[in-house]
Amino acid sequence: MTTPSRLPDPYGQGQSANLADILERVLDKGVVIAGDIKINLLDIELLTIKLRLVVASVDKAKEMGIDWWESDPALSSRARQDELTRENAALRERLRELDPGRVPREAP
Amino acid sequence: MTGLRYVYAVCRPFDAALQSQLTGVAGDPPRLLAYGDLVAVVSHVPEADFGEEALRTHLEDLDWLTATARAHQQVVDALTAVTTPLPLRLATVFRDDSGVRLMLEERAAAFRRTLDRLDGRVEWGVKVFVETERTERAGAGAEPSAAPDRPAPRPVSGRDYLRQRRRQSRADDDLWSRAEEFATGLHAELSGRADDARLHAPQNPRLSGAAGRNVLNAAYLVRRDASEEFVERVDRTKDDAPGIRVELTGPWAAYSFAGEETGAGAADGKKAGDGKKAGEES
Repeated sequence: MTTPSRLPDPYGQGQSANLADILERVLDKGVVIAGDIKINLLDIELLTIKLRLVVASVDKAKEMGIDWWESDPALSSRARQDELTRENAALRERLRELDPGRVPREAP
Repeated sequence: MTGLRYVYAVCRPFDAALQSQLTGVAGDPPRLLAYGDLVAVVSHVPEADFGEEALRTHLEDLDWLTATARAHQQVVDALTAVTTPLPLRLATVFRDDSGVRLMLEERAAAFRRTLDRLDGRVEWGVKVFVETERTERAGAGAEPSAAPDRPAPRPVSGRDYLRQRRRQSRADDDLWSRAEEFATGLHAELSGRADDARLHAPQNPRLSGAAGRNVLNAAYLVRRDASEEFVERVDRTKDDAPGIRVELTGPWAAYSFAGEETGAGAADGKKAGDGKKAGEES
């Protein structure tokens, strides 16, 4: 068996290690073995695993005020749509303010 | 002590002592359970917390999950300091020692193959972030409000306003394409210095707490004796590109490379690895 040769000092590890980095590995990587206690992590209603984000169940997360996935354009098509709509409206408003009478009120 | 057996990792027998203060997921120190030329690293855990139903409930509890994940990682980390462990996924639990031995026996050939492949190697994580004004604001959790907090000088006319927006969006586009090019180049170069590589899904800033948008989240399997050079190479990129941030983590046990190689093409791993497959045993 090889004895480990010297390694550089740890980067972003130990107690201060980013929880996301740890959970990403211990929940989603590593060897999968069905033990006597049958738990399939993928069956756990953790939002965590489906979205690769780990925060407890969707309901729990909402309770905790973690609901960013609903407003994150990368994760929700509704949010993407909302963002465009909002931006569009803001632009129109701004233009109307600056240049009244030349901006149609509705989108063509 | 009775109770269930929580298994952290499988490795070859080793002589070095683990840190004396080391405790596992339920406060019990990890022990070595040998079977032939393999060793399972286990600790005793109470059935009240690690029985099927209790475990399922606990896993929905963020605080419990966090503490358990950190304890699991701490044991694997301690093993990485003295040997090359094959880390198991969180919450691999058996009834008793003989269940663990049986598992070692059944999978001995696969374990040996994987341990040989990983021997003397560790995993380094490299992430690339883009720090545009937009993503920084999102990362800080600010409400995506209309315009008022925009730091650019207040436009005096509609034309100025549009020009400003165009400039901003062109700058963003430029940064994104530079970031993509940067990340692709870095991944190619680091893959060349590693024995294997995996691309993972980008992390969400709200979970990681990192500023900016994560555009590359990769893991590299690197020989211990090549690690110093690898780290230096990553360090050198850190000041290369304005608006782009590189983060290095490790050395980790080879979590991302612990699954059995399946397809023929998987061996060189230069292609974007599939995170899901990487962890799956046949």
